Order: sequence, then structure tokens, then C-alpha cells
Amino acid sequence: MSLLGVKDLSIHIGAARPVDGISFDIAAGECYALLGESGCGKSMTALGIMRLLPVAARVTGGTVAFEGGDLLALPESGMREVRGGGIGMIFQEPATSLNPVLTVGRQIVEALQLHAGLQGAAASARAAELLDQVGIPDPRRRLDAYPFQLSGGLRQRVMIAIALAGEPRLLIADEPTTALDVTIQAQVLDLLDDLRRSQGMALLLITHDLGVVARMADRVGVMYAGQLVEEAPRRQFFAQAAHPYSVRLFAALPDARRRGGRLATIPGSVPAADARHGGCRFVDRCSEVMPVCRSTLPPWREVDAAQRVRCFLPGAAPKPAAGAAGDVAALAVESRPLLEVTDLQVHFPIRRGILQRAVGAVRAVDGMSLQLMPGRTLALVGESGCGKTTAGKAMLQLLRPTAGSVRLEGVELTTRSAGELRPLRARMQMVFQDPFASLNPRLRIGDIIAEGMQALGAGAKAGGDAATRVGGLLEQVGLRPDMVSRYPHEFSGGQRQRIAIARALAVNPQLLICDEPTSALDVSVQAQILNLLSDLQRDLKLAYLFITHNIAVVDYLAHDVAVMYLGRVVERGSADEVLRQPRHPYTKALLAAVPRVDGTRSEVPKLVGDMPSPAHPPPGCHFHPRCPLADEACRRSYPAETLFGATHAVRCFKAA
Amino acid sequence: MSGMVIQPVLLWSDALLFVLIAVIGALTLWARRQEALRAAWTRVARNGVAMAAATVLAVFVLIGLLDSLHYRARLEAQPGAAERYAVEVNSALDALLSDLRLRAEKTYSAPLATHLFAREALENSAQREFPRLKHGGAHLGENLSGHELDIAVRVSRGLGGGLVVWLLLVALVCRVNGLDLKAVMKVGACRPAKRNPRQTESGAATGAVLVTLLPILLLLGVAISLGGGYHVFGTDKVGQDVLYLSLKAIRTGLLIGTLTTLVMLPAAVLLGILAGYVGGWVDDVIQYLYTTLSSIPGVLLIAAAVLMMQVVIDTHPDWFATSAERADARLLALCLILGMTSWTGVARLLRGETLKLRELEFVQAAQAFGVGRFAIMRRHILPNLMHIVLISLVMDFSGLVLAEAVLSYVGVGVDPTTISFGTMINTARMELAREPMVWWSLLAAFSFMFALVLAANLFADAVRDAFDPRSSA
Repeated sequence: MSLLGVKDLSIHIGAARPVDGISFDIAAGECYALLGESGCGKSMTALGIMRLLPVAARVTGGTVAFEGGDLLALPESGMREVRGGGIGMIFQEPATSLNPVLTVGRQIVEALQLHAGLQGAAASARAAELLDQVGIPDPRRRLDAYPFQLSGGLRQRVMIAIALAGEPRLLIADEPTTALDVTIQAQVLDLLDDLRRSQGMALLLITHDLGVVARMADRVGVMYAGQLVEEAPRRQFFAQAAHPYSVRLFAALPDARRRGGRLATIPGSVPAADARHGGCRFVDRCSEVMPVCRSTLPPWREVDAAQRVRCFLPGAAPKPAAGAAGDVAALAVESRPLLEVTDLQVHFPIRRGILQRAVGAVRAVDGMSLQLMPGRTLALVGESGCGKTTAGKAMLQLLRPTAGSVRLEGVELTTRSAGELRPLRARMQMVFQDPFASLNPRLRIGDIIAEGMQALGAGAKAGGDAATRVGGLLEQVGLRPDMVSRYPHEFSGGQRQRIAIARALAVNPQLLICDEPTSALDVSVQAQILNLLSDLQRDLKLAYLFITHNIAVVDYLAHDVAVMYLGRVVERGSADEVLRQPRHPYTKALLAAVPRVDGTRSEVPKLVGDMPSPAHPPPGCHFHPRCPLADEACRRSYPAETLFGATHAVRCFKAA
Repeated sequence: MSGMVIQPVLLWSDALLFVLIAVIGALTLWARRQEALRAAWTRVARNGVAMAAATVLAVFVLIGLLDSLHYRARLEAQPGAAERYAVEVNSALDALLSDLRLRAEKTYSAPLATHLFAREALENSAQREFPRLKHGGAHLGENLSGHELDIAVRVSRGLGGGLVVWLLLVALVCRVNGLDLKAVMKVGACRPAKRNPRQTESGAATGAVLVTLLPILLLLGVAISLGGGYHVFGTDKVGQDVLYLSLKAIRTGLLIGTLTTLVMLPAAVLLGILAGYVGGWVDDVIQYLYTTLSSIPGVLLIAAAVLMMQVVIDTHPDWFATSAERADARLLALCLILGMTSWTGVARLLRGETLKLRELEFVQAAQAFGVGRFAIMRRHILPNLMHIVLISLVMDFSGLVLAEAVLSYVGVGVDPTTISFGTMINTARMELAREPMVWWSLLAAFSFMFALVLAANLFADAVRDAFDPRSSA
């Protein structure tokens, strides 16, 4: 007897069918992962189970059985008992899922009053107990804290505590760690796993991250365009995925083994939710497509007792031919660096009082140095808030540095006025993180791409008129030249990022600063963009400064890596040196926190706590409060750089 | 005979109004080529309520425009004498309504009455009687028993006339657009017909307009038919037809609502964007300016400015050839003053939005290309603020019409000779205190203003819904 039984659930929003007849069961105490790219209907399924659908959406068919009763048949009052009491839910964004004007304690007690019938002192005692259970230190004091006083990781823990208040038998976690850093993600995943085991609570985990699935799930359901296409136990799924879509998801993952080769991509994107399907939904993106796939919806086929797949292909789908791993196509190392950053500092003054006097400073970037050779890729790695993006903007002089020097081909940038910088701007460009915010929605694609050429007069230099050049650029990034007169909203996320890259390329830069260019994209689209970037590097001899928190991407494409912690580079060197033989304890912990697709766990102890505020960095080594090796020397002074070999430099007393 | 029968007069407010219309026309042509704008306006056009409101507004605008074509009539002159023109400035609307305008009574009379509202001592009678009106119901002669029948006949004649005109119009529209009459009527009743979407869309808009035109034409028919023999809304203290006054007040309301925003908008947009984008001391100065301005009670500030301006106008009587020009100058000055005090809200809104936009990545991408400050404000900030500008424009309109009424009521509004809803309401204050009460001036002013403001608000709502990126996503 399963705890939750979803059968043929369909949800319609007008003509769109975000969920179209999906069925799965979750046993008590089991962790079931619903895996899929954005727009596949994962979250809508969860909201449908909880009956919290948006107004326009309605359930048009199927049943949701929970502990034997049909949830869809319950009256709203009965449903309130189930929500929180029977089924708890936590959401992706901890910043917005807590009420900012109520203390944490009030919000937990509210849930306790509803579901446990506790009042007054008993309720707050239980609330403190819950906070303790989710691993929040000093729980009594935290009860009086407001959400803004807590970090993202602590907020997500509070959300989990609230969800636990009703002692639910099932917890639905909708991308619970997507908004968190890897070290915090590891903490929260551990917590969820422990709670599940200790309380015998079932977990419906909704995620797009294969690493998280490998770390957490007992069974996996792969969702595509509103339908489940494959269901398997975790071990079997990771050993032998059967559906072509699942196989391609694995192939699209960047990692070290694919260095220098091309990632397998899934052409196109997920079909729109209001598309009508005659046959298999994956048909337009599948390389093994057969005539029968177009006309008939594939029925479930049992691969073995536990694994089943909706595909006509007998046996497992073949792995797509990814480019053979090769050496990362790096140019011969030239002696002169393209970009040289020395002791860069960016401080934001904190102003208080009527006279707005500076009473301190947020040291976003606090003395960082790095070098980037022409034609190479340097990855700047670190958790959010460590100052990577600020550093990138300061190098481009979008933010004026407080101190330090930035030299592009030996030319000092920091002392130049805006007018003097203009001719240099053609040599360095930026690709931004969010493809939805980086294109002006009121301009046509052609105008967006031509903007830089007009501003810098680069079109004339490149030869030919601007229109031809724009067309050429669009082709170069894999779009059609006739798209120039369209507006950004007509494009998908991946296409928009291509447009943003074309815009940067328009002025023939030698240096491209890429600020998390793929973090807003799905895995299959990310592979397309990474392939494009490496093609461009090969063809145009571009140098990339790649700002990211995604270690797998770094492993796949970077030649050199610099790890940042609280405004400073703590370790730098070639990718092999830093990623294979990390010497700084922070680098080790960061690498260990990344969930691995093969499900192996590393032995390195996980980091505790959060990164301190850059407004009040700890004295001595910034990392010492979280460092397992810290001693008196670490608390006193910041370690100088220790060199290991020609290129590998570490700032740690304990590195050896 | 030589010379023209009339001498056209272009008042300042007329000129500005026509400039405004030209600008709106030009913007419309420009917007047709902008895909995003066209899509948003198409959403407005598909909204039945919005189109109905737009129809009502269009009728008001038409009346206002007719009332803005001013002229001075030529006086009857002895042969050989120089051409002379009347001191009085009239408008095309006055000419159309000359019946209403010229058939003044002695004092108050109720709507559709045949006698004055108050008893008077008649010449050859010892008793105080209700005297007969000079014009209202004059065609009835001494036989007043047919009064009610006459009204009923005129009402039905008016309704019939309105209906006939409407049916002709419907037939004409269907003919021109090649639409099926039945389909249009169905769509008008908010039931989308299953035809190709393009046709249904234009059908929905046409249907809503036609449905709205029906009551308007019926009311118009009744007003014309009754107005031929009676004072439909009665007469005021000096015997002027109240319907005529209400129609004249429309122009004043429209002018205040539109010219004020015209005065205010450039300042609000410029200062708002500058404060938000440039920041630093520029932001401080602009913020100081609007915080100071908005902390002074509005009515007080306006009253002070209006009184000062009044003094200036009174000390320079030689600036104005006619009293109409003087009243017009005062109306314009009022628009200016209202504009000066009301830009703060929009500027604050735009500053906040600019602060948000400034941090967006496409602005930073432009900065990375070395695009100049003003080019960024023009290319990247302004176009992304236009929906807010448009929404606040339309929303402010009704607020300003109401503000005029309040200010005139307080006595710091338009020139007392200018007919406006505010002055009508102001006089109604005394009339309501009479026994028996004179209620029709207030009712007339109220009904017209209500229709105008309600239509403007409904239209503004639809515009906001269509342009709000969150609702249209």
C-alpha cells in the first residue's frame, strides 16, 4: 500500500496542458525524485497534489490518493487538514517563502497551533525543538529573529522546520536547494536525508539537477512535456537509463572526462505546453525517431521489474556520439598576459545618519590579483557573495575600483576617464547571467546587436555594412540572419543567451567576461551554449574570464582556475592543479560539496555555517571560522601566497 | 458685401489643444510601427468595456473640439462703414446650439417646465402667479393640457430618430467591414463568434462601439427633440439653459485634464529619469525639490498662485482684446499651476522605476560598450518607462477634472465667466439651500462629470491592464 498514489493526473490551463496524465506512487519513507527541465510540469504536479493550483489552472482528470483517501474529492476544509498535517511543502526560494514581518518563532508556532494543537509555552518549546532538529544553532534565541536576519541556508532550514511542525508523512520539496550555494546545498540535502530516515517521512523531491537526484533519491521519475517518460530505481537509472531523453541529459552534463570534446546536445527545446501531440512528445528532438513515434504515443514498456519507459526502442537508447575527449584546445602560452589584475579592491561605503557619513565599508573585492593569457579560459569560482561578479564588473570598469590596477595588454584602465576608455571597450566585453534581463525588451535583435558597433564605430572597421555584419554574427552564434527584426520575447532562454553573445562579439573583443552565462539555463541548453563558447574560442582566439559557481562547467572548459573567498583569491593554478590536487581547505570543501552524478561521496568533511559578511570580515584568515584546520596563527594574520610549482598558488598556512 | 461673415479667433488654449491632438496623431502613427505598443493597444481594442468607454470619451472630445473652434461674428453695419465684429467670442458649438444659447428665460425654471419656478407679481393680476416661460413650451400656446402628451410624443420621436440613425450606422459599418450583422450583434453581447480570430477581434471592438452608440444616439435624439420646445435640464438663476451650460463645461474639463498633463509630463519624465539614472547630487536636488513641493498643501499652493496671477491679469487689462481671451489666459494659467504642483507623483514613480532599470543587465551591457549617458536614458530607460507614463497620464486625467471642480468650488479655479463643472457646482451650493430646492444644475453637472470621469477611469483601467507587463505575461 503506497502512501501517495497519483493516477492519470491532468491539469489544464486554458488550452495548455502542463500536466497530461501522469501516474506514480510513493511508498512511506521513500524518496521519489521528479526530474525534468523547466516547463515540464514538475511544479504544477506538486501544486496539483496539494490543490494549490493558480486560479486559471484546474485538474481535469485523475485521482490523487493519500493514505487511502482521494485528495481531489475532499472538501476545502478537509484539504486544510492534509496541507501541513499530512503533506508538508517547501519551496525553491527561501527569501520569499517566509513572511518578512513576522518572527521565525511566530511562523513556526502558527503551524504548531494548527496541526499539533499546541499553545503558548508548549508551542514555543516545541518550536525551539524543531529549530534544533533542523540544525539551527542557539534555537531559543533564533525564535525571535526575523527572516532578514538569517542567511539563505538558515531560512531554508526554518522553512523545513515549519513543514515538519505538522509531522507530515510526506514532504514535497520543490527545488529546495536550487537557490543555495553548493556548500549550503550539501548541508540542506544532508538535513533532509537525515530527517527522512529518522522520522520515516516520504519525500517527493522536484529537481532538474541530476547530482541532487543521485545524492537523494530512491526512485526517479523523468518528466518531459507534461508526461512521465521513464521511471526507475536510482541505481538502475544512473547505470542504464533507458529513454533517449534521459540518456541525452546525462550526455549533456559537462565534466572533466569530456574536456576538449563537444558536449552532446539535445537540439531544440521542450515543446510549448499548448502543443498537441500525436505520438511521442520527444519526437522532434530524438535522433532515434521512427515513423511509429510520430503517430502513436508509446505505451509503458517494462525494462525489468522496477524500471519502465515510454519508448518504442527495444533495449536502452544508445548513447549519443559525443566528441571524443581531447586536450583542451589552448593556444601556446604567450609570455604577455592579456589581462593583469593586481590588488584589485572594490569597497562600497556603508553610510549612516543624517549626514550620510561613511561608517564602514562592504569589502566586496578586497585585494585580488590574477592574470589571463590570450586565448585561454580562466574560471573564477566561488559561492554567491564572494565578490566574483563585482570583480568582473570592476575589471570592465563598469564599477570603478577603490584601489588596485587592471591592465589590458599592458594598458592601465583604472586611471582612464570614460572617454579614454571607450576605444578600449571594443577589446573586452561581457556576457551576463540572466538572458531575460540582459536584452532590452523594446529593441529589435538587429538593433541590440548593432548597438556596440554604433557606439564604438567597430562596424566600419570590420568591413561591410552593419546589416551584413549583424547577419553574419547571428549565423556565427547559430541563429538565422532573418531573425534581426524580431523582439527578444520571441526567443527562448538559450537563444537569448546566443544573442547576448553575438552582441558582445560584434565589436571583435579579445576578452569576454562571462558572468554565470549558463546558470539560468537547462542542462541540455547549457551544453549548447558551452559548445558555442568553445567553438568561438577556437575560431576567434578569445580569452574567457568565466565567473561561475558550477564546478562541473569549470572542469569541462577552464584552463586555469581561481577560487575566491570573501573578496580574495585563496587558490589559483591550472584546472588540473586546483581541481585534482586542491590545497586550500575551502577548495577541498567546495569540491566535496558538489553532488556527483555517480553517487559517490567524498571523505572531506562538509563545511559548517555560512560565509561571513564582507562588511565585517573575520580577523586573520577569512576562512578560519569555518575551517577544520584553523589554529592560533590563522586567527592572527592573513596567510601570504605559497607557491606550489610554477602556477599553483595557495593562501593558507596549512597548505602543504 | 465684402469681408468674411466671421472672424476666426484662435485662443491660446485652442492652439495648445490642436497641437496636442496633432501630437497624439503622430504618436499613434509611430505606435502602429512599434510591435509591442501595437500589441498592447490591440489588447485594449479587444476589451469591450474599454471600447465602450473610448466611445463615450470620443463623444466628449468631439463636443470639446467643436467648442474650441472660436470666431467673432460680423456685426450688421451701415453700408460704407468699416467692418466691425462682435466683442463676444463664440464657438462652433455655440453656433450649433444657438437655439439653446439665445432662448434665455428670466430666472430659474425646472426641467421641461412651462412656467417659472418662483411666483411673481403679474401685471394685471393682484395675485402672485407662476409666470409663463418665454420659450419653454411656448409652442403649446394657452392650451397646457397637452403638455404631458407633447412630452411623450417628443420623447418617442427622439427615441425613434435615434434608433433609425443607429440602425443606419450599423448597416453601414457591416457593409464597409463585410461583417455579418448577426455576428456583430452576438459579439457585442460578449459572445465570441467562431470565425477567424482577426475578424472576431475587429468584430468585438466594432460591436462594443455600436452597442455604446445606441444609448448615446437615443439620448441625443431625445435631447434634440425635447430641446426644440423645452429646457431639458431647466434654466439657472439668470435664465440660461442648463443643458447648454453643461455642454460648454465639457471643454473646460477636457482642457484642464489634458493640458495640465502636457505641461507636467516633460518635467516629470526628465527629472524622474535624471534623478534615477544619474543619482548623486542631481538625485538629491530633484528629490529635495519634489519633497518640498509635495509637502506644501496643494490647495494652498494653488490658491496662492491663482491669486497672484489674478492680480497680474487685473493690472494688465490691455493684454486682452476680449473677455474671452482673459478668461482663457486664466484657464491656461490654472493648467500651468496644476501641472507645476502635480508632476511630483509621476516623477517619483519614474525615479523608482529607473533605479530598478539602471541595475538591469541590458543597461550594463550598453555601459560596457561605452554608450553615453543620455543615449542610454533615451534608448534603454525611456522606452521601458513609457507604459508607466501612459498609465499615469490616463489615470491623472480624471483626477484633474475633479480637481478643477473642487478648486472652482473653493473659488480659486477658473474665471467666473468661464463655464465649468466647478462653477456650476459652486452656484448649486446656494441653490440647494433655497426652499424649494433647485436641484437640476447640480444634477446636470453631476451626470455629465460622472459620465466623463467614469469613462476615463474605465479606459485607464483597461490601458493599465494592457500595458502592465505582469498581467500580460
